[in-house]
Amino acid sequence: MSIIILLLITGVGLGALYFLVASGLSLIYGLMGVLNFAHGSFLTIAGFIGWEVGRRVGDGTWSGLLIGMLVGVVVGAVVAALTELVFIRPLYNRHIEQVLVTVGLGLASVALFEGIWGTDPIQIRLPGWLGQTTNVLGANIPNDRWLLIGAAVAVLLLIVLFLQRTSYGLVIRAGVENRTMVTALGIDVRRAFTIVFAIGGAAAGLGGVLASVYYGQVSAHQGTSLLIFAFIVTVIGGLGSLTGAAIASVLVAVIQQFANFYGGWGDFAVVLALALVLLFRPTGLMGKVKH
Amino acid sequence: MTDILTVRGLSARIAGQQVVEDASFDVAEHGVTALLGRNGVGKSSTIKALLGLYERSGEVTFDGTRIDKLMTHRIVQQGIAYVPEDREVFSQLTVEENLRLAERDGAPNRAVVAALFPELIERAKQQAGTLSGGQQQMVSLARALMNENRLLLVDEPTKGLAPLIVGTVTKALEAAAERTPMLLVEQNLQVVRALAHTVIVLSGGRVVHTGPAAEFLDSDLVHRHLGVSTDEEAA
Repeated sequence: MSIIILLLITGVGLGALYFLVASGLSLIYGLMGVLNFAHGSFLTIAGFIGWEVGRRVGDGTWSGLLIGMLVGVVVGAVVAALTELVFIRPLYNRHIEQVLVTVGLGLASVALFEGIWGTDPIQIRLPGWLGQTTNVLGANIPNDRWLLIGAAVAVLLLIVLFLQRTSYGLVIRAGVENRTMVTALGIDVRRAFTIVFAIGGAAAGLGGVLASVYYGQVSAHQGTSLLIFAFIVTVIGGLGSLTGAAIASVLVAVIQQFANFYGGWGDFAVVLALALVLLFRPTGLMGKVKH
Repeated sequence: MTDILTVRGLSARIAGQQVVEDASFDVAEHGVTALLGRNGVGKSSTIKALLGLYERSGEVTFDGTRIDKLMTHRIVQQGIAYVPEDREVFSQLTVEENLRLAERDGAPNRAVVAALFPELIERAKQQAGTLSGGQQQMVSLARALMNENRLLLVDEPTKGLAPLIVGTVTKALEAAAERTPMLLVEQNLQVVRALAHTVIVLSGGRVVHTGPAAEFLDSDLVHRHLGVSTDEEAA
Protein backbone atom coordinates (compact mmCIF):
# COMPACT_ATOMS: atom_id res chain seq x y z
CA MET A 1 0.00 0.00 0.00
CA SER A 2 2.75 2.44 0.96
CA ILE A 3 4.47 1.74 -2.36
CA ILE A 4 1.30 2.65 -4.25
CA ILE A 5 0.90 5.88 -2.26
CA LEU A 6 4.55 6.71 -2.86
CA LEU A 7 4.25 6.10 -6.59
CA LEU A 8 0.99 8.04 -6.81
CA ILE A 9 2.22 11.13 -4.98
CA THR A 10 5.64 11.20 -6.61
CA GLY A 11 3.84 10.69 -9.92
CA VAL A 12 1.65 13.68 -9.25
CA GLY A 13 4.81 15.64 -8.34
CA LEU A 14 6.43 14.75 -11.65
CA GLY A 15 3.13 15.54 -13.37
CA ALA A 16 3.23 18.97 -11.78
CA LEU A 17 6.59 19.58 -13.44
CA TYR A 18 5.25 18.37 -16.78
CA PHE A 19 2.23 20.65 -16.40
CA LEU A 20 4.39 23.73 -15.85
CA VAL A 21 5.98 23.13 -19.25
CA ALA A 22 2.94 21.73 -21.05
CA SER A 23 0.47 24.46 -20.03
CA GLY A 24 2.31 27.10 -22.06
CA LEU A 25 2.88 24.75 -24.99
CA SER A 26 -0.79 23.92 -25.10
CA LEU A 27 -1.97 27.51 -24.92
CA ILE A 28 0.51 28.63 -27.57
CA TYR A 29 -0.52 25.87 -29.95
CA GLY A 30 -4.20 26.41 -29.21
CA LEU A 31 -4.10 30.09 -30.01
CA MET A 32 -1.39 30.33 -32.64
CA GLY A 33 -1.14 26.89 -34.19
CA VAL A 34 2.59 26.88 -33.44
CA LEU A 35 4.35 23.89 -31.89
CA ASN A 36 6.98 25.78 -29.95
CA PHE A 37 10.19 23.76 -29.96
CA ALA A 38 11.99 26.64 -28.22
CA HIS A 39 9.85 26.19 -25.11
CA GLY A 40 12.50 24.01 -23.46
CA SER A 41 14.98 26.85 -23.87
CA PHE A 42 12.76 29.15 -21.81
CA LEU A 43 12.86 26.53 -19.09
CA THR A 44 16.62 26.02 -19.25
CA ILE A 45 17.66 29.67 -19.27
CA ALA A 46 15.24 30.43 -16.43
CA GLY A 47 16.68 27.48 -14.51
CA PHE A 48 20.25 28.71 -14.96
CA ILE A 49 19.58 32.38 -14.23
CA GLY A 50 17.26 31.53 -11.34
CA TRP A 51 20.00 29.36 -9.87
CA GLU A 52 22.70 31.99 -10.49
CA VAL A 53 20.67 34.70 -8.71
CA GLY A 54 19.38 32.36 -6.00
CA ARG A 55 22.82 31.13 -4.94
CA ARG A 56 24.09 34.70 -4.73
CA VAL A 57 21.15 35.64 -2.51
CA GLY A 58 21.63 32.60 -0.29
CA ASP A 59 22.93 29.26 -1.52
CA GLY A 60 20.88 26.40 -0.11
CA THR A 61 18.43 28.74 1.65
CA TRP A 62 14.69 29.33 1.25
CA SER A 63 15.23 33.00 0.43
CA GLY A 64 17.66 32.03 -2.33
CA LEU A 65 15.25 29.47 -3.73
CA LEU A 66 12.21 31.73 -3.59
CA ILE A 67 14.08 34.62 -5.23
CA GLY A 68 15.39 32.14 -7.79
CA MET A 69 11.82 31.01 -8.55
CA LEU A 70 10.70 34.60 -8.94
CA VAL A 71 13.63 35.37 -11.23
CA GLY A 72 12.88 32.20 -13.20
CA VAL A 73 9.30 33.35 -13.78
CA VAL A 74 10.42 36.79 -14.96
CA VAL A 75 13.24 35.47 -17.16
CA GLY A 76 10.94 32.86 -18.72
CA ALA A 77 8.25 35.45 -19.44
CA VAL A 78 10.64 38.03 -20.88
CA VAL A 79 12.60 35.58 -23.06
CA ALA A 80 9.36 34.04 -24.34
CA ALA A 81 7.77 37.42 -25.12
CA LEU A 82 10.93 38.56 -26.93
CA THR A 83 10.99 35.31 -28.90
CA GLU A 84 7.43 35.95 -30.04
CA LEU A 85 8.05 39.58 -30.90
CA VAL A 86 11.38 39.12 -32.69
CA PHE A 87 11.12 35.70 -34.31
CA ILE A 88 7.48 34.61 -34.47
CA ARG A 89 5.57 37.81 -35.23
CA PRO A 90 7.40 38.63 -38.48
CA LEU A 91 6.29 35.20 -39.71
CA TYR A 92 2.61 35.82 -38.95
CA ASN A 93 0.37 33.17 -40.51
CA ARG A 94 3.38 31.22 -41.82
CA HIS A 95 3.14 28.30 -39.45
CA ILE A 96 5.76 26.04 -40.98
CA GLU A 97 8.35 28.79 -40.89
CA GLN A 98 7.36 29.65 -37.33
CA VAL A 99 7.87 26.05 -36.23
CA LEU A 100 11.22 25.87 -38.04
CA VAL A 101 12.39 29.03 -36.28
CA THR A 102 11.53 27.55 -32.90
CA VAL A 103 13.39 24.34 -33.81
CA GLY A 104 16.45 26.42 -34.72
CA LEU A 105 16.20 28.45 -31.54
CA GLY A 106 15.86 25.31 -29.47
CA LEU A 107 19.01 23.78 -30.97
CA ALA A 108 21.07 26.98 -30.96
CA SER A 109 20.18 27.89 -27.39
CA VAL A 110 21.37 24.52 -26.03
CA ALA A 111 24.74 25.16 -27.69
CA LEU A 112 24.77 28.66 -26.19
CA PHE A 113 23.98 27.33 -22.70
CA GLU A 114 26.72 24.71 -23.03
CA GLY A 115 29.11 27.48 -24.06
CA ILE A 116 28.26 29.53 -20.98
CA TRP A 117 27.65 26.91 -18.27
CA GLY A 118 29.46 23.89 -19.69
CA THR A 119 28.22 20.52 -20.88
CA ASP A 120 28.12 18.80 -17.48
CA PRO A 121 25.18 19.17 -15.09
CA ILE A 122 25.85 21.47 -12.13
CA GLN A 123 24.80 20.11 -8.75
CA ILE A 124 22.85 22.63 -6.69
CA ARG A 125 22.27 23.12 -2.97
CA LEU A 126 18.75 23.22 -1.62
CA PRO A 127 17.11 24.11 1.71
CA GLY A 128 17.43 21.15 4.08
CA TRP A 129 13.69 20.42 4.29
CA LEU A 130 13.51 19.73 0.56
CA GLY A 131 16.01 16.89 0.98
CA GLN A 132 13.88 15.24 3.65
CA THR A 133 10.70 13.18 3.44
CA THR A 134 7.21 13.34 4.92
CA ASN A 135 5.45 10.16 5.96
CA VAL A 136 2.02 9.73 4.40
CA LEU A 137 0.24 6.49 5.36
CA GLY A 138 3.56 4.70 5.63
CA ALA A 139 5.05 6.15 2.44
CA ASN A 140 8.03 8.48 2.75
CA ILE A 141 7.32 11.23 0.21
CA PRO A 142 10.26 13.46 -0.79
CA ASN A 143 9.36 16.98 0.32
CA ASP A 144 10.33 18.60 -3.00
CA ARG A 145 7.23 16.95 -4.53
CA TRP A 146 4.99 19.07 -2.31
CA LEU A 147 6.69 22.20 -3.59
CA LEU A 148 6.18 21.08 -7.18
CA ILE A 149 2.53 20.21 -6.63
CA GLY A 150 1.83 23.48 -4.81
CA ALA A 151 3.51 25.53 -7.54
CA ALA A 152 1.63 23.73 -10.35
CA VAL A 153 -1.73 24.15 -8.60
CA ALA A 154 -1.00 27.85 -8.07
CA VAL A 155 -0.04 28.29 -11.73
CA LEU A 156 -3.16 26.43 -12.88
CA LEU A 157 -5.40 28.62 -10.71
CA LEU A 158 -3.69 31.83 -11.83
CA ILE A 159 -3.97 30.94 -15.52
CA VAL A 160 -7.63 29.94 -15.12
CA LEU A 161 -8.36 33.21 -13.30
CA PHE A 162 -6.58 35.17 -16.02
CA LEU A 163 -8.48 33.39 -18.79
CA GLN A 164 -11.86 33.70 -17.08
CA ARG A 165 -11.68 37.17 -15.57
CA THR A 166 -9.72 39.40 -17.94
CA SER A 167 -10.50 40.82 -21.35
CA TYR A 168 -7.30 39.34 -22.79
CA GLY A 169 -8.30 36.02 -21.27
CA LEU A 170 -11.55 36.25 -23.19
CA VAL A 171 -9.67 36.98 -26.41
CA ILE A 172 -7.37 34.03 -25.80
CA ARG A 173 -10.25 31.63 -25.08
CA ALA A 174 -12.02 32.79 -28.23
CA GLY A 175 -8.80 32.66 -30.25
CA VAL A 176 -8.09 29.09 -29.19
CA GLU A 177 -11.48 28.21 -30.68
CA ASN A 178 -11.42 30.34 -33.84
CA ARG A 179 -8.54 32.76 -34.32
CA THR A 180 -9.76 34.04 -37.68
CA MET A 181 -13.11 35.09 -36.28
CA VAL A 182 -11.42 36.98 -33.44
CA THR A 183 -9.51 38.97 -36.05
CA ALA A 184 -12.73 39.49 -38.01
CA LEU A 185 -14.23 41.16 -34.94
CA GLY A 186 -11.54 43.84 -35.18
CA ILE A 187 -9.24 42.48 -32.49
CA ASP A 188 -5.48 42.53 -33.00
CA VAL A 189 -4.91 38.93 -32.03
CA ARG A 190 -1.12 39.39 -32.18
CA ARG A 191 -1.15 41.08 -28.77
CA ALA A 192 -2.77 37.96 -27.38
CA PHE A 193 0.02 35.92 -29.03
CA THR A 194 2.66 37.86 -27.08
CA ILE A 195 0.71 37.50 -23.84
CA VAL A 196 0.28 33.77 -24.33
CA PHE A 197 3.98 33.36 -25.03
CA ALA A 198 4.79 35.38 -21.90
CA ILE A 199 2.41 33.32 -19.73
CA GLY A 200 3.76 30.07 -21.14
CA GLY A 201 7.32 31.31 -20.69
CA ALA A 202 6.64 32.32 -17.08
CA ALA A 203 5.22 28.88 -16.26
CA ALA A 204 8.15 27.19 -18.04
CA GLY A 205 10.56 29.50 -16.20
CA LEU A 206 9.13 28.45 -12.87
CA GLY A 207 9.31 24.88 -14.15
CA GLY A 208 13.00 25.42 -14.96
CA VAL A 209 13.87 26.40 -11.40
CA LEU A 210 11.70 23.62 -9.95
CA ALA A 211 13.20 21.09 -12.36
CA SER A 212 16.58 21.91 -10.84
CA VAL A 213 15.03 21.25 -7.41
CA TYR A 214 13.56 17.94 -8.65
CA TYR A 215 16.78 16.70 -10.26
CA GLY A 216 19.15 18.42 -7.80
CA GLN A 217 21.06 19.96 -10.70
CA VAL A 218 20.89 22.41 -13.57
CA SER A 219 21.94 21.40 -17.05
CA ALA A 220 21.90 22.76 -20.59
CA HIS A 221 19.76 19.79 -21.67
CA GLN A 222 17.15 19.99 -18.91
CA GLY A 223 14.64 21.80 -21.11
CA THR A 224 15.10 19.51 -24.08
CA SER A 225 14.46 16.32 -22.12
CA LEU A 226 11.41 17.73 -20.35
CA LEU A 227 10.08 19.20 -23.59
CA ILE A 228 9.64 15.73 -25.09
CA PHE A 229 7.34 14.66 -22.26
CA ALA A 230 5.59 18.03 -22.29
CA PHE A 231 4.78 17.56 -25.98
CA ILE A 232 3.41 14.09 -25.26
CA VAL A 233 1.32 15.50 -22.42
CA THR A 234 0.06 18.30 -24.66
CA VAL A 235 -1.00 15.90 -27.39
CA ILE A 236 -2.63 13.44 -24.98
CA GLY A 237 -4.45 16.26 -23.17
CA GLY A 238 -5.64 17.81 -26.42
CA LEU A 239 -3.75 20.63 -28.13
CA GLY A 240 -5.03 23.94 -26.82
CA SER A 241 -6.74 22.58 -23.71
CA LEU A 242 -5.34 23.75 -20.37
CA THR A 243 -7.55 21.32 -18.45
CA GLY A 244 -6.46 18.55 -20.79
CA ALA A 245 -2.81 19.44 -20.15
CA ALA A 246 -3.38 19.30 -16.38
CA ILE A 247 -5.13 15.92 -16.50
CA ALA A 248 -2.68 14.43 -19.00
CA SER A 249 0.33 15.66 -17.00
CA VAL A 250 -0.77 13.70 -13.96
CA LEU A 251 -1.85 10.65 -16.00
CA VAL A 252 1.39 10.45 -17.96
CA ALA A 253 3.61 10.95 -14.92
CA VAL A 254 1.73 8.44 -12.77
CA ILE A 255 1.80 5.84 -15.56
CA GLN A 256 5.50 6.54 -15.99
CA GLN A 257 6.21 6.11 -12.26
CA PHE A 258 4.31 2.84 -11.99
CA ALA A 259 5.80 1.41 -15.18
CA ASN A 260 9.28 2.43 -14.06
CA PHE A 261 8.82 0.78 -10.68
CA TYR A 262 7.30 -2.40 -12.08
CA GLY A 263 9.77 -3.25 -14.80
CA GLY A 264 11.62 -0.04 -15.73
CA TRP A 265 9.64 0.62 -18.90
CA GLY A 266 8.23 4.05 -17.96
CA ASP A 267 9.24 5.87 -21.13
CA PHE A 268 7.84 3.06 -23.28
CA ALA A 269 4.56 3.18 -21.34
CA VAL A 270 4.28 6.92 -22.03
CA VAL A 271 4.86 6.46 -25.75
CA LEU A 272 2.36 3.59 -25.75
CA ALA A 273 -0.22 5.84 -24.07
CA LEU A 274 0.45 8.49 -26.72
CA ALA A 275 0.00 5.95 -29.51
CA LEU A 276 -3.28 4.71 -28.02
CA VAL A 277 -4.66 8.23 -27.68
CA LEU A 278 -3.66 9.10 -31.24
CA LEU A 279 -5.30 5.91 -32.50
CA PHE A 280 -8.57 6.10 -30.60
CA ARG A 281 -8.97 9.80 -29.80
CA PRO A 282 -6.74 11.83 -32.14
CA THR A 283 -7.91 15.19 -30.74
CA GLY A 284 -6.66 14.16 -27.28
CA LEU A 285 -8.60 13.75 -24.04
CA MET A 286 -10.04 17.27 -24.00
CA GLY A 287 -9.15 18.56 -27.46
CA LYS A 288 -11.68 19.83 -29.95
CA VAL A 289 -11.66 20.09 -33.72
CA LYS A 290 -10.67 23.66 -34.59
CA HIS A 291 -12.24 25.85 -37.23
CA MET B 1 -26.44 57.39 -55.00
CA THR B 2 -22.77 57.43 -53.96
CA ASP B 3 -20.82 54.37 -52.97
CA ILE B 4 -19.38 53.38 -49.61
CA LEU B 5 -17.20 50.61 -51.08
CA THR B 6 -15.47 50.56 -54.44
CA VAL B 7 -13.79 47.38 -55.63
CA ARG B 8 -11.55 47.35 -58.70
CA GLY B 9 -9.79 44.31 -60.14
CA LEU B 10 -10.09 42.22 -56.98
CA SER B 11 -8.49 38.80 -57.25
CA ALA B 12 -8.07 36.27 -54.47
CA ARG B 13 -6.33 32.95 -54.07
CA ILE B 14 -6.63 30.12 -51.59
CA ALA B 15 -3.69 27.72 -51.46
CA GLY B 16 -2.64 28.86 -54.94
CA GLN B 17 -6.14 28.38 -56.38
CA GLN B 18 -7.78 31.44 -57.98
CA VAL B 19 -11.20 31.92 -56.36
CA VAL B 20 -11.95 35.54 -57.31
CA GLU B 21 -10.74 36.96 -60.59
CA ASP B 22 -10.59 40.62 -61.52
CA ALA B 23 -13.91 41.47 -59.84
CA SER B 24 -15.02 45.11 -59.94
CA PHE B 25 -18.17 46.44 -58.30
CA ASP B 26 -19.52 49.12 -55.99
CA VAL B 27 -21.61 48.99 -52.85
CA ALA B 28 -24.03 51.86 -52.34
CA GLU B 29 -23.88 53.90 -49.15
CA HIS B 30 -27.51 53.07 -48.36
CA GLY B 31 -29.56 49.89 -48.38
CA VAL B 32 -28.67 46.36 -49.34
CA THR B 33 -26.52 45.28 -52.27
CA ALA B 34 -26.81 41.55 -52.90
CA LEU B 35 -23.91 39.47 -54.19
CA LEU B 36 -25.39 36.52 -56.06
CA GLY B 37 -24.18 33.53 -58.03
CA ARG B 38 -24.30 29.75 -58.17
CA ASN B 39 -22.58 27.66 -55.53
CA GLY B 40 -18.82 27.89 -55.65
CA VAL B 41 -18.53 30.98 -57.86
CA GLY B 42 -16.61 32.90 -55.20
CA LYS B 43 -19.21 34.95 -53.32
CA SER B 44 -17.98 34.08 -49.83
CA SER B 45 -14.40 34.26 -51.07
CA THR B 46 -15.04 37.79 -52.33
CA ILE B 47 -16.28 38.84 -48.90
CA LYS B 48 -13.29 37.21 -47.23
CA ALA B 49 -10.91 38.81 -49.71
CA LEU B 50 -12.43 42.23 -48.96
CA LEU B 51 -11.71 41.57 -45.28
CA GLY B 52 -8.15 40.44 -45.96
CA LEU B 53 -8.86 36.92 -44.77
CA TYR B 54 -7.57 35.59 -48.10
CA GLU B 55 -4.48 36.56 -50.05
CA ARG B 56 -5.72 39.19 -52.48
CA SER B 57 -4.77 41.86 -55.02
CA GLY B 58 -6.65 44.78 -56.54
CA GLU B 59 -7.99 48.05 -55.20
CA VAL B 60 -10.56 48.24 -52.43
CA THR B 61 -11.61 51.72 -51.33
CA PHE B 62 -13.84 52.15 -48.31
CA ASP B 63 -15.39 55.59 -47.89
CA GLY B 64 -12.41 57.18 -49.65
CA THR B 65 -9.71 55.13 -47.86
CA ARG B 66 -7.75 52.33 -49.48
CA ILE B 67 -8.09 49.20 -47.33
CA ASP B 68 -6.63 46.52 -49.58
CA LYS B 69 -3.25 46.59 -47.86
CA LEU B 70 -4.62 46.60 -44.31
CA MET B 71 -4.74 43.62 -41.97
CA THR B 72 -8.17 42.22 -41.16
CA HIS B 73 -8.53 43.76 -37.72
CA ARG B 74 -7.61 47.19 -39.11
CA ILE B 75 -10.21 46.85 -41.87
CA VAL B 76 -12.88 45.94 -39.33
CA GLN B 77 -11.82 48.85 -37.13
CA GLN B 78 -12.57 51.17 -40.06
CA GLY B 79 -16.24 50.31 -39.45
CA ILE B 80 -16.84 47.15 -41.44
CA ALA B 81 -18.62 44.33 -39.64
CA TYR B 82 -18.69 40.73 -40.81
CA VAL B 83 -21.37 38.12 -40.35
CA PRO B 84 -19.76 34.90 -41.56
CA GLU B 85 -21.31 31.98 -43.35
CA ASP B 86 -22.07 29.22 -40.79
CA ARG B 87 -22.29 31.82 -37.98
CA GLU B 88 -18.93 30.97 -36.41
CA VAL B 89 -20.00 31.83 -32.89
CA PHE B 90 -17.51 30.92 -30.18
CA SER B 91 -19.24 27.79 -28.98
CA GLN B 92 -17.32 27.51 -25.69
CA LEU B 93 -18.12 31.09 -24.68
CA THR B 94 -21.45 32.29 -23.34
CA VAL B 95 -23.76 34.46 -25.40
CA GLU B 96 -22.78 37.45 -23.27
CA GLU B 97 -19.06 36.74 -23.80
CA ASN B 98 -19.59 36.42 -27.56
CA LEU B 99 -21.21 39.85 -27.61
CA ARG B 100 -18.68 41.42 -25.24
CA LEU B 101 -15.86 40.24 -27.47
CA ALA B 102 -17.43 42.12 -30.38
CA GLU B 103 -17.66 45.45 -28.52
CA ARG B 104 -15.20 47.85 -30.10
CA ASP B 105 -16.76 51.18 -29.29
CA GLY B 106 -16.85 52.88 -25.93
CA ALA B 107 -20.63 52.90 -26.17
CA PRO B 108 -21.75 49.61 -27.71
CA ASN B 109 -25.27 49.31 -29.14
CA ARG B 110 -26.54 46.99 -26.44
CA ALA B 111 -30.01 48.54 -26.54
CA VAL B 112 -30.31 47.99 -30.30
CA VAL B 113 -29.23 44.36 -29.94
CA ALA B 114 -31.58 43.82 -27.00
CA ALA B 115 -34.51 45.27 -28.97
CA LEU B 116 -33.79 43.13 -32.03
CA PHE B 117 -32.93 39.92 -30.20
CA PRO B 118 -34.52 39.88 -26.73
CA GLU B 119 -34.02 36.12 -26.63
CA LEU B 120 -30.27 36.59 -26.52
CA ILE B 121 -30.51 38.72 -23.40
CA GLU B 122 -32.51 35.96 -21.73
CA ARG B 123 -29.86 33.46 -22.75
CA ALA B 124 -26.89 35.66 -21.86
CA LYS B 125 -25.28 33.04 -19.60
CA GLN B 126 -25.90 30.11 -21.95
CA GLN B 127 -22.97 28.58 -23.82
CA ALA B 128 -23.29 29.64 -27.45
CA GLY B 129 -22.54 26.13 -28.69
CA THR B 130 -25.74 24.87 -27.08
CA LEU B 131 -27.97 27.34 -28.97
CA SER B 132 -30.07 26.36 -31.99
CA GLY B 133 -28.88 27.35 -35.46
CA GLY B 134 -31.30 30.28 -35.54
CA GLN B 135 -30.19 31.53 -32.14
CA GLN B 136 -26.55 31.22 -33.17
CA GLN B 137 -27.34 33.29 -36.26
CA MET B 138 -28.84 35.93 -33.96
CA VAL B 139 -25.59 35.98 -31.94
CA SER B 140 -23.61 36.34 -35.15
CA LEU B 141 -25.79 39.23 -36.34
CA ALA B 142 -25.84 40.82 -32.89
CA ARG B 143 -22.03 40.85 -32.83
CA ALA B 144 -22.04 42.84 -36.06
CA LEU B 145 -24.65 45.28 -34.78
CA MET B 146 -22.91 45.87 -31.46
CA ASN B 147 -20.85 48.73 -32.90
CA GLU B 148 -21.61 51.79 -35.03
CA ASN B 149 -20.38 50.33 -38.31
CA ARG B 150 -20.43 51.93 -41.73
CA LEU B 151 -20.79 48.71 -43.72
CA LEU B 152 -22.05 45.20 -42.99
CA LEU B 153 -20.70 42.21 -44.90
CA VAL B 154 -23.27 39.46 -44.39
CA ASP B 155 -22.61 36.00 -45.77
CA GLU B 156 -25.57 33.63 -46.26
CA PRO B 157 -27.41 34.56 -43.05
CA THR B 158 -30.41 32.30 -43.71
CA LYS B 159 -28.48 29.21 -44.77
CA GLY B 160 -29.82 26.08 -43.10
CA LEU B 161 -32.45 27.91 -41.04
CA ALA B 162 -36.10 26.93 -40.58
CA PRO B 163 -38.57 29.14 -42.53
CA LEU B 164 -39.87 30.77 -39.35
CA ILE B 165 -36.35 31.75 -38.31
CA VAL B 166 -35.61 32.98 -41.84
CA GLY B 167 -38.43 35.50 -41.33
CA THR B 168 -36.94 36.68 -38.02
CA VAL B 169 -33.47 37.00 -39.50
CA THR B 170 -34.80 38.85 -42.55
CA LYS B 171 -36.57 41.36 -40.31
CA ALA B 172 -33.38 41.85 -38.29
CA LEU B 173 -31.41 42.39 -41.50
CA GLU B 174 -34.01 44.88 -42.71
CA ALA B 175 -33.74 46.82 -39.45
CA ALA B 176 -29.94 46.70 -39.62
CA ALA B 177 -29.95 47.91 -43.23
CA GLU B 178 -31.94 50.98 -42.22
CA ARG B 179 -28.95 52.06 -40.13
CA THR B 180 -26.03 50.64 -42.09
CA PRO B 181 -25.40 49.75 -45.74
CA MET B 182 -24.97 46.06 -46.40
CA LEU B 183 -23.29 43.75 -48.88
CA LEU B 184 -25.32 40.56 -48.64
CA VAL B 185 -24.46 37.11 -49.98
CA GLU B 186 -27.70 35.16 -50.09
CA GLN B 187 -29.03 32.09 -51.91
CA ASN B 188 -32.63 32.61 -50.85
CA LEU B 189 -34.00 34.85 -53.59
CA GLN B 190 -37.10 35.73 -51.60
CA VAL B 191 -34.85 37.26 -48.97
CA VAL B 192 -32.94 39.06 -51.72
CA ARG B 193 -36.19 40.37 -53.17
CA ALA B 194 -37.29 41.59 -49.73
CA LEU B 195 -34.06 43.39 -48.93
CA ALA B 196 -31.86 44.25 -51.88
CA HIS B 197 -32.06 47.22 -54.22
CA THR B 198 -29.04 46.23 -56.30
CA VAL B 199 -27.59 42.88 -57.31
CA ILE B 200 -24.08 41.94 -58.34
CA VAL B 201 -23.85 38.55 -60.00
CA LEU B 202 -20.66 36.50 -59.99
CA SER B 203 -19.74 33.63 -62.27
CA GLY B 204 -16.38 31.90 -62.28
CA GLY B 205 -15.02 34.46 -59.85
CA ARG B 206 -15.93 37.35 -62.16
CA VAL B 207 -18.75 39.90 -62.07
CA VAL B 208 -21.13 39.13 -64.95
CA HIS B 209 -24.06 41.37 -64.11
CA THR B 210 -24.83 44.44 -62.02
CA GLY B 211 -28.17 46.17 -61.83
CA PRO B 212 -31.40 46.83 -59.93
CA ALA B 213 -32.54 43.83 -57.90
CA ALA B 214 -36.22 43.79 -58.94
CA GLU B 215 -35.33 44.05 -62.62
CA PHE B 216 -32.88 41.15 -62.35
CA LEU B 217 -35.17 38.92 -60.30
CA ASP B 218 -38.04 39.40 -62.77
CA SER B 219 -35.96 38.61 -65.83
CA ASP B 220 -34.66 35.40 -67.36
CA LEU B 221 -31.20 36.44 -66.17
CA VAL B 222 -32.06 34.64 -62.94
CA HIS B 223 -32.21 31.36 -64.81
CA ARG B 224 -29.14 32.12 -66.90
CA HIS B 225 -26.88 33.16 -64.03
CA LEU B 226 -28.28 31.31 -61.03
CA GLY B 227 -29.81 28.24 -62.64
CA VAL B 228 -33.25 28.77 -61.11
CA SER B 229 -36.49 30.11 -62.55
CA THR B 230 -38.65 32.78 -60.98
CA ASP B 231 -41.21 30.00 -60.33
CA GLU B 232 -38.63 28.05 -58.34
CA GLU B 233 -37.77 31.21 -56.46
CA ALA B 234 -41.42 31.62 -55.44
CA ALA B 235 -41.56 27.99 -54.39
